Amino acid sequence: MRGKETIVAATETAGTTRRDFLYIATGAMGAVGAAAAVWPFISQLQPDASVLALSSTEVDLSQIQEGQIVTVKWRGKPVFVWNRTAADIEKAKATEISALIDPVARNANLPAEAPATDQNRAAEGEGREKWLVVIGICTHLGCVPIGHMGEFDGWFCPCHGSEYDSAGRVRRGPAPENLAVPPYSFVSDTKISIG
Amino acid sequence: MSGHSTFEPKHPALKWFESRLPLVGLIHSSFVAYPTPRNLNYWWTFGGILSLMLVVQILSGVVLVMHYTPHASMAFDSVEHIMRDVSYGWLLRYMHANGASMFFIAVYIHMFRGLYYGSYKAPREVLWILGCIIYLLMMATGFMGYVLPWGQMSFWGATVITNLFSAFPVVGPTIVEWLWGGFSVDNATLNRFFSLHYLLPFMIAGVVVLHVWALHVVGQNNPTGVEPKSEKDTVPFTPYATIKDGFGMVCFLIFFAWFLFYIPNYLGHADNYIPANPLVTPAHIVPEWYYLPFYAMLRSVPDKLGGVLTMFGAIIVLFFVPWLDTSKVRSARYRPLFKQFFWIWVAVCIGLGWLGSKPAEGGYVIAGRILTIWYFAHFLIILPLLGLFEKPKAVPASITEAVLGKSKGGAPASAGVSAPQTKG
Ligand code: FES
Repeated sequence: MRGKETIVAATETAGTTRRDFLYIATGAMGAVGAAAAVWPFISQLQPDASVLALSSTEVDLSQIQEGQIVTVKWRGKPVFVWNRTAADIEKAKATEISALIDPVARNANLPAEAPATDQNRAAEGEGREKWLVVIGICTHLGCVPIGHMGEFDGWFCPCHGSEYDSAGRVRRGPAPENLAVPPYSFVSDTKISIG
Repeated sequence: MSGHSTFEPKHPALKWFESRLPLVGLIHSSFVAYPTPRNLNYWWTFGGILSLMLVVQILSGVVLVMHYTPHASMAFDSVEHIMRDVSYGWLLRYMHANGASMFFIAVYIHMFRGLYYGSYKAPREVLWILGCIIYLLMMATGFMGYVLPWGQMSFWGATVITNLFSAFPVVGPTIVEWLWGGFSVDNATLNRFFSLHYLLPFMIAGVVVLHVWALHVVGQNNPTGVEPKSEKDTVPFTPYATIKDGFGMVCFLIFFAWFLFYIPNYLGHADNYIPANPLVTPAHIVPEWYYLPFYAMLRSVPDKLGGVLTMFGAIIVLFFVPWLDTSKVRSARYRPLFKQFFWIWVAVCIGLGWLGSKPAEGGYVIAGRILTIWYFAHFLIILPLLGLFEKPKAVPASITEAVLGKSKGGAPASAGVSAPQTKG
């Protein structure tokens, strides 16, 4: 009789902790299992392989006349390629960084903190500074800005009135950032590859 | 008025079934014997109208899907195919497109009703919050549905709205890519929106069941805001409320039919008859009319994240109304100051809607800012303070007294049912 009582008491104290452990372990396994089962359902949302495969576009620059902005499609988005005139470049160069809303270059080909000088925004290399390549998506809510419009000789966004200058830098809100420069490189003197 | 009966099945088959699943009894107690306050006015018919519209939308939607193709290169043409080739396709599509607008008209009236008569106050907080959830689901459903025809407004509306999420720091751009399933709004986006647009109405239907359940637990509010105290204060749902709701529905359907048959494109936008073009944004993009007040708020804040938070905040604040309104008196009838502020607030909402349809420049922006501030001040400052400073009028002791109290002499008991003496 006494022996039995001790056993009951012992299982109660030891049993509570062991039960607790089992509950927690079971619960944790269940949570891990549920998370593992949920993951494929979340992961399928991201861009799929066929979308990722369309990631580069080539542009023939010889077809673009001075002053002309050409729109090409890259990853489903418009990219503006602008053959800028000397006056456009001059104006962009004369703008002080302190006058900009966004002082960072937003150039995927440069380090993230590069300042938004015209040099850092335009194509790199001798005689290539006339080329400005930017993603044609307003950094506010994603409309396509209209070229050669607005007070700063760059783009004007019809949706909420943001304005960009001749280096694609935002000069009037509500857009918070300069038009992004996509990763691109010169395949030859007259051809670039975006992406 | 002795109709507060309970359901007793007589037929043996029904008895057999009822003892296994008391479904008919549930319907009977919810929609036949259910006591409703005797003084409900026509503003109370919009709950029924909304249920009807949900059914219209689900039925017409399920049928439209039989002819629609959710693919970026075919969606636009398949909608035109519905309009031109499918037998009565034009009717079904216009019914669905205008039905969405009707749904929102009804829900806005329903919400204004709730706010005016204090229907959100204890013990109806959960009922109110469930309603707010339905409203949010409706907004999501309406937005995704507008994307499906894949016209210019569809495409750019989707672009602008999904881009709202890019305003959130760090995770924003990734969220947007995952919403799109790509680097821009494209076929993957169309497909997932289609899937969700089909799912959400059924979720709405589920929350509607909870909403009605909560309503039947706490009972309906009424124009006096006084809880029914005796059986004299209520009438059975059938025939009184069913007939009244039915009449409201018929009137509403006439209004709906007028849009459907005479001005089916009035609430739409001509640009949506241009196929989506990812390279050109229409000169003036606007969302559908029922989002315009929120769109105006978004644009009146010069900061991107701030604008987005303001817009979401305008909806979130509704969830807290039961606690922001500190007054003990429910109905605006007995709250002289609240009544005035309520109508000012309604005007502010309509004003914001109008501003949302205007270009974001000059005076429109300034007006938008003032009205946005007023919108929030109404909830965050005016409502809490009114409860402290307002001196309410005398509230009637019971619904019956409010209805019959003014009829001098005569036979009050019978006059109550026929005489419309609820002007208070
Ligand atoms: S999307 Fe360009 S200003 Fe809003």
